Amino acid sequence: MTLFDWNPEDFSEIPYAFYSDEQIYRRELKQVFQGEAWNFLALECEIPDAGDYKTAAVGDIPVIVVRDEAGTVNAMVNRCAHRGNLVCIDEAGNTERLTCVYHNWTYDLRGKLASIAFERGIQGKGGMAADFDRSSHGLQRLRVETCNGLVFGTFSDEVPPLADYLGPEMRANIDRVLGREMEILGKFQHGLDGNWKLYIENVRDTYHATLLHSFFPTFGLNRLSMRGGIELSEGGLHHLTYSIGATDRPESQYNARDLRAVKDGYALNAPELLDTWPEYACGTTLAIQSIFPNFSVQQVSNVVTVRLLLPKGPDRSVLIWWILGAVEDTAEQRTMRLRQANLIGPGGYIAMEDGAVVGWVRRGVAGAEDRNSVLAMGGRGVERDSDSRCNELSVRGFWQGWHGLMRDPAA
Amino acid sequence: MTEAAALSARLDALNRLYGHAIDDGRYEQWPEFFLPDALYKITTRWNHDRAMPAGLMLCQGRAMMEDRVSALRTANVYEPHHYRHLIDPPVVTRASGGTISATAGFAVYRTMQSGVPEIFCTGKYVDKIVEADGRLKFSERIVVCDGERIDTMIVLPL
Repeated sequence: MTLFDWNPEDFSEIPYAFYSDEQIYRRELKQVFQGEAWNFLALECEIPDAGDYKTAAVGDIPVIVVRDEAGTVNAMVNRCAHRGNLVCIDEAGNTERLTCVYHNWTYDLRGKLASIAFERGIQGKGGMAADFDRSSHGLQRLRVETCNGLVFGTFSDEVPPLADYLGPEMRANIDRVLGREMEILGKFQHGLDGNWKLYIENVRDTYHATLLHSFFPTFGLNRLSMRGGIELSEGGLHHLTYSIGATDRPESQYNARDLRAVKDGYALNAPELLDTWPEYACGTTLAIQSIFPNFSVQQVSNVVTVRLLLPKGPDRSVLIWWILGAVEDTAEQRTMRLRQANLIGPGGYIAMEDGAVVGWVRRGVAGAEDRNSVLAMGGRGVERDSDSRCNELSVRGFWQGWHGLMRDPAA
Repeated sequence: MTEAAALSARLDALNRLYGHAIDDGRYEQWPEFFLPDALYKITTRWNHDRAMPAGLMLCQGRAMMEDRVSALRTANVYEPHHYRHLIDPPVVTRASGGTISATAGFAVYRTMQSGVPEIFCTGKYVDKIVEADGRLKFSERIVVCDGERIDTMIVLPL
């Protein structure tokens, strides 16, 4: 199965080849990451002051995110316009100028080429070609926009402004979770043994949460019998799923006989791990949101995280977790966030299992390039929303968005 | 043997027993190396250098360590695997007021179902140790991993 043979119809069957094919991966880097999508680059609080920079990536392309003297956040490809050397080697820092160490070409904080070593030669000999125009040899710039402290960039001139790309439903949740001064409590990388889409599907998969993860149903952190739902942005690109813990109702299917993940008699010696406070007036106790293609905002009780998934080849990916707190947190609230952070990240009681399952699916689908994954829970096709999370709607929505960017424009 | 050398030897023995308990799969014994209100945290150099408070694992007290053990025994889903700890002889950084501060470098190999041991983590233990009833116990063990990246998942303590 190649991409161009694929008739996606209702997006309820996905060829396994899409998780390992080298050509599809190469095309994704061009059509998705460098295409009409906004890529998360940084949190504004990582570069609070003029001259602060950090390195990031759009797909496989190295990027510098830097705050200039006027306070504006700029993003440029981290590649000297001369010979392609990395301009920023350190992962973060503060600087007045961006200087390539190879031949001392120097750029301002907007990426404009400011000076070239030996531009006029040495002792009247050498020097740059007479027709060389510094103004056309700056660092390659990205379009940059921000939303609630999140910095996004794109190589596309066509993609709509960030606010329109996100849409009102997605912006409302980002504002609900991050619309206050936030600070970083920790940052961890999670190496994943599989294609990036396997993890993105997992983020969007509301069906697995209470079946794979014991901690969700056993401790009532999340059950599909709670009131909640799924919302998709237009075209299915982004998704939001949420649940309200206080609305849980008895559901006989959540029993230890039928479901492996439900554990009768299992209790914590230190139940304060799950101590929580009602942080949000809406009562939402769990909200997982994905922003196409590879970014997620997540609230599990009082643990607030953002996640970025970087593709590292057809069979590898790296997930970066930022664990966040509100600057205004009381000491008690901060303690609760840090304890609950044991649920997430590479060592999280819940999230470790998502890391494991990515590798298992990669190994499971080896040699199955001519077979399909099934996404028929909750029906087929891509509805805009559902009041049931017993549904693979948001995964189908991802594939609809992906196909829109990947399909042959001539077809 | 000087007093300092004798202390180093005792801490070295403590670390070896600690590593062997985990490597042999005797996870229930792991919390017993700590005082009841001890702090155990796994973090990375990047986070440690910046005093970031969140951990890859954060156990405030032995009961939270016991919960990590019961979860890995009964609740969490993961591929069976085991560790091999190689721990440097410790360096005592301070010994006063009954609390010993010490550090020790380590490497941990992880053998998954593939059967191939691979380096999972290198790093440093940053410890506070006290003597209670003639036994040395950790009142604090901060595991500072050199790398920022954890491969696949971490469920067993380091």
